[in-house]
Amino acid sequence: MPKDTETPDVIFEAEDLIISAVRDDGTQLDIVKGVTFSVHKGEVVALIGESGSGKTTISLSALGYAKPGLSFTGGEARLLGRNIAGLSTDALRPARGINVAYLAQSAAATFNPSIRINEQVTEAPVLHGTKSQEEANEKALRLYKALDLPEPETIGERYPHQVSGGQLQRLMAAMALCGDPDLLVLDEPTTALDVTTQIEVLKAFKTVIKDEGAAAIYVTHDLAVVAQIADYIVVLYNGEVKEAGPTDVIINDPQHPYTKRLMAAINPLPDAEGAEIAAPEPTAISVKGVDAGYGRGPDGEPLVMVLKDINVDIEKGKTVGVIGESGCGKSTLARVMAGLLPPHRGELMLDGERLHDRLEDRTSEELRKVQFVYQMADTALNPRQRIKDILGRPLTFYHGIRGSAKTKRVLELLEMVELPPPFADRYPHELSGGQKQRINLARALAAEPEVVLCDEVTSALDTIVASNVIDLLTRLQDETGVSFVFISHDLSTVASFSDEIVVLYAGRVAETGPVAEVLSAPFHPYTRLLMSSVPEPRMGWLEETTESQEQQAGLTAGVELSAKGCPFAPRCPLAIPGTCDVEDPPKRHGDNGHRIECHRTLEELY
Amino acid sequence: MSAPDHHEHIVAPFDASVSFDELPDAPPSQAYWPSATGWIGIAITCFWFLIAIFGPWLAPYGENDLPFPDDYSEFQASREGAFLGTDVEDRDVMSRIMYGAGRTIGIAFAATLLAYFVGVVMGIGAAVSGPRVDMVLSRINDAFLSLPTIMLGLVVVAAVGSSIPVLILTAGFIYATVVFRLSRAIGMEIMVMDFVEAAKVRGEGRWWIITREIWPNARMPLITDFGLRLIYVILFISSLSFLGLGVQPPQADWGSMVRENLGALQFGESKLAVIMPALSIATLTVSINLIVDDVSAHGGGKLSKRM
Repeated sequence: MPKDTETPDVIFEAEDLIISAVRDDGTQLDIVKGVTFSVHKGEVVALIGESGSGKTTISLSALGYAKPGLSFTGGEARLLGRNIAGLSTDALRPARGINVAYLAQSAAATFNPSIRINEQVTEAPVLHGTKSQEEANEKALRLYKALDLPEPETIGERYPHQVSGGQLQRLMAAMALCGDPDLLVLDEPTTALDVTTQIEVLKAFKTVIKDEGAAAIYVTHDLAVVAQIADYIVVLYNGEVKEAGPTDVIINDPQHPYTKRLMAAINPLPDAEGAEIAAPEPTAISVKGVDAGYGRGPDGEPLVMVLKDINVDIEKGKTVGVIGESGCGKSTLARVMAGLLPPHRGELMLDGERLHDRLEDRTSEELRKVQFVYQMADTALNPRQRIKDILGRPLTFYHGIRGSAKTKRVLELLEMVELPPPFADRYPHELSGGQKQRINLARALAAEPEVVLCDEVTSALDTIVASNVIDLLTRLQDETGVSFVFISHDLSTVASFSDEIVVLYAGRVAETGPVAEVLSAPFHPYTRLLMSSVPEPRMGWLEETTESQEQQAGLTAGVELSAKGCPFAPRCPLAIPGTCDVEDPPKRHGDNGHRIECHRTLEELY
Repeated sequence: MSAPDHHEHIVAPFDASVSFDELPDAPPSQAYWPSATGWIGIAITCFWFLIAIFGPWLAPYGENDLPFPDDYSEFQASREGAFLGTDVEDRDVMSRIMYGAGRTIGIAFAATLLAYFVGVVMGIGAAVSGPRVDMVLSRINDAFLSLPTIMLGLVVVAAVGSSIPVLILTAGFIYATVVFRLSRAIGMEIMVMDFVEAAKVRGEGRWWIITREIWPNARMPLITDFGLRLIYVILFISSLSFLGLGVQPPQADWGSMVRENLGALQFGESKLAVIMPALSIATLTVSINLIVDDVSAHGGGKLSKRM
């Protein structure tokens, strides 16, 4: 499609768009059921919905693309006034290179690891002949600067693995924008990122989209993110538009019950002031001075030290939230407690007695008391076992329950996790994601454990399903008195139902204590950064937060695991040069077991 | 109907009683039902397996009968009483194919079973036993794998002499190397799954992990591969017989029948004595292949990717 000097006002229009899958027996199953919306020049339209809502399928129609097995069966998808639904790849190729650009969720999978970044960023316009290599290079450089990338003159010379994840995500935006497309399609571009990185990427996207005057379709499941970037929101459920309107209307005054339910599923950070602190209970499991890592170097130390000097107590019947960004060692901590990774130094205690480090050495009783729940419900259940066998095994293994007593207990467990009895005869693949995670929980509870280690159990779930699982966890704790170690990268989820929080940064405990203490002053500078990074579902939050001191300092540097000194020092707005980067931070004790590891005194951290 | 103005607020009609608490259940997966080509494969394979079992009773003549003593001539075309003609010794070709079916398929089946028993036990064993055991088993296996199969077979049979047990053992061990590779790879893939780790964290022993966690998941791809491997073994046994080192005359077997009757291509009135046993091998292997393809296509073609 030739590039007009004057682009029309309506860039993309879907009208009664129907996209269907044709089954083996010839029947037609509509995935997208008559969706209508339009994207105007310079406007960001968000498609929001949970898995199965058809949001990605609809966004791909802007490229005239239907996933394998799907086809356009009704309505029109008009790009710059031309219906592109059902066109052949050859007919679409010019439009795809020049008029539309697609940003996938994973930048790591989009870039070819063996080609330099600049060559990939400039490839599309040069290939389609809309720009010479020099013009494209110039444009790329302008974009690198606009996207706040470090060393914009030379970053294009690097290979994809030589930049951080957040940088690569921004470089992908440069790749998409290099050919001056009329329309950008962004598919969950920040979902896989840490909160602090997400802000940096969101900010860069927002600036660059406004500067370039491009229109965009932004696909996501996250209302809080949408509130920052979109002008217009389309709420999708099961392939249909449930509600659509300008961002402020949808965010502030949602009408449809589904939109309301989505809004309700967002956990705001609880108000820390005045929150009550529960009385201390005896400890169930405690981690004392643990160092742990992977591999074994020539000096007997682990090759990669992931955890350093970890001290955590989990009290009976309480929930301890472990929070940190990817690579901070939170999953490793769970593996140490589960016995999968013996600590290098330090010890584990269970009910006041020494717990064996190695899984092989643990007694059946020790194994029973510590149960593990995995993040990916899909892979944690054996696909060839029925639910009754999955739940029945720990009953037989730990408690010797067999026969009709076992069947009865399995049904009780199903009832505990709010699933009907017929589920006992199903296989895992006959369950939805949230249901599988419930079975995972039920399996852990079947052992009647003292401690359940939950490793990112809600991260892979849709917002509403995840909030239901959290409600379930709270109820189960009240009923059974079990302790939870709840590992997550999502501070608001952790804060909403934990009693205590452990903030991990680069393998060290930055701050720990009851939720009310951790979420109120004094703060570790990293906790403050994390708190200010949790997106809030209101407009203007992004601008406010990026202006704050923490964000300004925290965004400039990446996470570095340092052998000495405080690992957060390079990102810390309060860092004391000559001290923080050289000496290990001291442990400073506040009220109610609140502990901060920082060179600054507690008074300085208010 | 035109696209809405983009400042308009649209709310779809809703039923206030409908809750959006959870998304609907996962759709039930479809059970395997063969496609048309799958049915063709199944029909032909069943036909040959029935012949293999009941051939000796169904055959019109004995394996080495000479039913037509009056005209003592070779390679006669079909005539009354000999539907597929006669062979180099004036025996009935159809009867010999029916007797040979049991021998060819039987030897191949037994050899493949042996290959699977040895290969799967060692392969899964290597996958679960940690890096040292795996290293030793894999290197030994690599050494055998590097030898050309037909050559190895020829050397062994030539040295020990040909008999049916020797053929089964030779083919079984030669193909066990390939099965070892495959089952080790499948085992390794399953070993790193979370549900296996969950079993370890529960404290399960190695036997439980192998028999309850790994085997049920490795079973399907291995059974599909069994069909493919059977084809290779049939071809291997037939090749040995064709070279004169397999089933020995006067016993019938498809590979040796081709060799015995090669003269028919030049001198015979009928060429069926060569074509029919060759066609038997072809139809059997192709039909097994059709089934394997059909089954693995249902499973998302994962097997064909592994091959």
